[in-house]
Amino acid sequence: MSDIKLACDVAEQVRAICDKHGNQPGELINILHEAQHLHGYLPEEMQRLIAAKLNVPVSRVYGVVTFYTFFTMTPKGKHPISVCMGTACYVRGSEKLLEEFKRVLGIEVGETTPDGKFSLDCLRCVGACGLAPVVMIGEKVYGRLQAVDVKKVLEELE
Amino acid sequence: MKVLTIHDLKTIRKRAEGTLLLREESNEAVTEQCCGLALGTEHLQILICGGTGCKASDSHIIAERLQQALEKNNIADKVDIITTGCFGFCEKGPIVKIIPDNTFYTQVVPDDADEIVGEHIIGGRKIERLLYIDPKTEKTVSDSKHMDFYRKQMRIALRNCGFIDPENIEEYIALDGYMALADSLLHKKPEEVIDVIKRSGLRGRGGGGFPTGKKWEFAHKQQADMKYVVCNADEGDPGAFMDRSIMEGDPHSIVEAMAVCGYSIGSPKGLVYIRAEYPLAIQRLKIAIAQAREYGLLGKNIFGTDFSFDIEIRYGAGAFVCGEETALIHSMEGKRGEPTLKPPFPAEAGYLGKPTNVNNVETLANIPIILTKGAEWFASIGTERSKGTKVFALAGKINNVGLIEVPMGTTLREVIYEIGGGIKGGKKFKAVQTGGPSGGCLTEKHLDTPIDFDNLLAEGSMMGSGGMIVMDEDDCMVSVSRFYLDFTVEESCGKCTPCRIGNKRLLELLNKITEGRGTMKDLDALSTLGKVIKDTALCGLGQTSPNPVLSTLNNFYDEYVEHVRDKTCRAKQCKSLLTYTINPELCIGCHLCFKHCPADAILGDVRKPHVINPDKCIKCGMCMARCKFKAINVV
Repeated sequence: MSDIKLACDVAEQVRAICDKHGNQPGELINILHEAQHLHGYLPEEMQRLIAAKLNVPVSRVYGVVTFYTFFTMTPKGKHPISVCMGTACYVRGSEKLLEEFKRVLGIEVGETTPDGKFSLDCLRCVGACGLAPVVMIGEKVYGRLQAVDVKKVLEELE
Repeated sequence: MKVLTIHDLKTIRKRAEGTLLLREESNEAVTEQCCGLALGTEHLQILICGGTGCKASDSHIIAERLQQALEKNNIADKVDIITTGCFGFCEKGPIVKIIPDNTFYTQVVPDDADEIVGEHIIGGRKIERLLYIDPKTEKTVSDSKHMDFYRKQMRIALRNCGFIDPENIEEYIALDGYMALADSLLHKKPEEVIDVIKRSGLRGRGGGGFPTGKKWEFAHKQQADMKYVVCNADEGDPGAFMDRSIMEGDPHSIVEAMAVCGYSIGSPKGLVYIRAEYPLAIQRLKIAIAQAREYGLLGKNIFGTDFSFDIEIRYGAGAFVCGEETALIHSMEGKRGEPTLKPPFPAEAGYLGKPTNVNNVETLANIPIILTKGAEWFASIGTERSKGTKVFALAGKINNVGLIEVPMGTTLREVIYEIGGGIKGGKKFKAVQTGGPSGGCLTEKHLDTPIDFDNLLAEGSMMGSGGMIVMDEDDCMVSVSRFYLDFTVEESCGKCTPCRIGNKRLLELLNKITEGRGTMKDLDALSTLGKVIKDTALCGLGQTSPNPVLSTLNNFYDEYVEHVRDKTCRAKQCKSLLTYTINPELCIGCHLCFKHCPADAILGDVRKPHVINPDKCIKCGMCMARCKFKAINVV
């Protein structure tokens, strides 16, 4: 895990989130959602802090963080890219699209470019199957994208 | 205003009926005429799809631009803009519908707003270029009633989607909303409500197909100081989005159904377990819950009775296995979503150890209308053992991608060729996958099988939550089953060995085959291992995970054999088995492929035929996509 230390104000806000949920272990997932929304990801320090507040072992928190795909322990890029790997997008060529993103960015799925600009992930169905294959970059949905379009899309985001 | 009596509810219904009347009447009497302010129409409505698919194509910006155009022309008081839920015809989105003439505009862009207002709303002239073109007759069709996509559909669960404003409780009430709750609380005993649901024959729409009434009865009979009603909105099948569309388009139907269920089983508390990836559905649900509280339809002493009920939202965090009841309950308790053996069933010991009734979104959406229209009405639709309708998310290589709802017993042929408009690009139909990662593939010979729970199961697939992915001749069935296995391996919770390790071994075998290293023995191993996993895995996810492999082995054995024995992939999808070459007779040496080849594998001078260096080629297909002279071959 990372050895990044949490800034004091972030730690304070995470403590406040735990308090708001009554420090109940049953609220762990809701707490993690809010913490990740606040900080962008869930580093080791933060998990330790939450575990202490809820009075549960860190392994319990880590177990939950790693179980669910929505939670992440690595910071996302400025433009987080998610290629839809739902079935509808898959049969309309999303695998080729993903390969092209990997190749152009030089990173694997789950990684972030060294300059922190782009991170690459897969997601399962945004429900815009009429636009398949679909890629989400930040909040924006790019529909009917082909491998040949990848470079252009990335250049526009510089 | 607080609704205290059924009379109050009727007052609201009367008040709200006016705005809906225009929409209802225009739905009934479809005419070819076009309405506009200049032609004497006094009031018009513009409905815009606000579902996730259309929103991704800027439908919210279209709404803004339309509003600006109305204001610019000083007619904002004569025209209402209403953002609705999904119309279903996602392929042609964003969709804009004009009431009262029922004109159905497709693939609208923000820049069309001024023209829609100027030409249609004011001038009363239809904009031909935005109308749907029937691919068979090549003529424009201006209203949805005359489109093949809608003609064969029967919308029960989706009854209000694309028709009402989901953020306005009064529009829901105008269409008999909350009447089922009022009638149940005031005139029926819990047992009587359960009896109606039982007699209707409604079965769970989340995948299992368990009779809903029986489930409620089971929970009702439990003695406990606390019980819970859970709505399973953790739609995990990649390629199915009906639950999300219902929550986005008609959230009050879920709120009402949960309250009815609470009354029937004796629970004061409802929980919706929803994917955090569905921000719009969450937002609409929150608004609906807040409005229901404000109107006194949730909270203490509903309709002045001693029944109290409230709903809370719990967020999922992306785990397919959480669609399984016991896993879902653990997740709601803040734990890893690992399933446990049944019994005990959730109805006996569920959330926090208390009796819990879990129903899927689509199942719940059917409840209010069954209670208002009666069990007999619902039971008259569908097949002998599968009643009512089913919503499918039709996607893949099909002309009309979208959300459809058909009576049980409709054939695959009707769905694919009539509603779906056939295969995209005139290609040949190969298979249709139903039931998502737990289901199987159906082929040409199953096209006339009536779709219901039992028939799909008998053919080696399943209903599942309703994903329906159509595949054509360009899809490799071995790759498809590898795709699903890849999904299952990633989503396996790891608790039981057959699923954790067995599926991984299955995936390795499939990788071997698609990479051209497979043997005939591997094919037997796939089938044996698949059957063992089915028999021994702990939960529904594991027990169904080999289905995509087993059903493709069954229906497309030849294709597997080709991969293994001949090292070829007829659909040209398995990269390792492909070779790209350039036809020197067609290549004019334009150098375009050379420029775009990411691996520098193309050699050749300008105006002379190029060649591909097979050692360097990474088989990405970029040259083929770029070549304007069809000079690139792949075998």
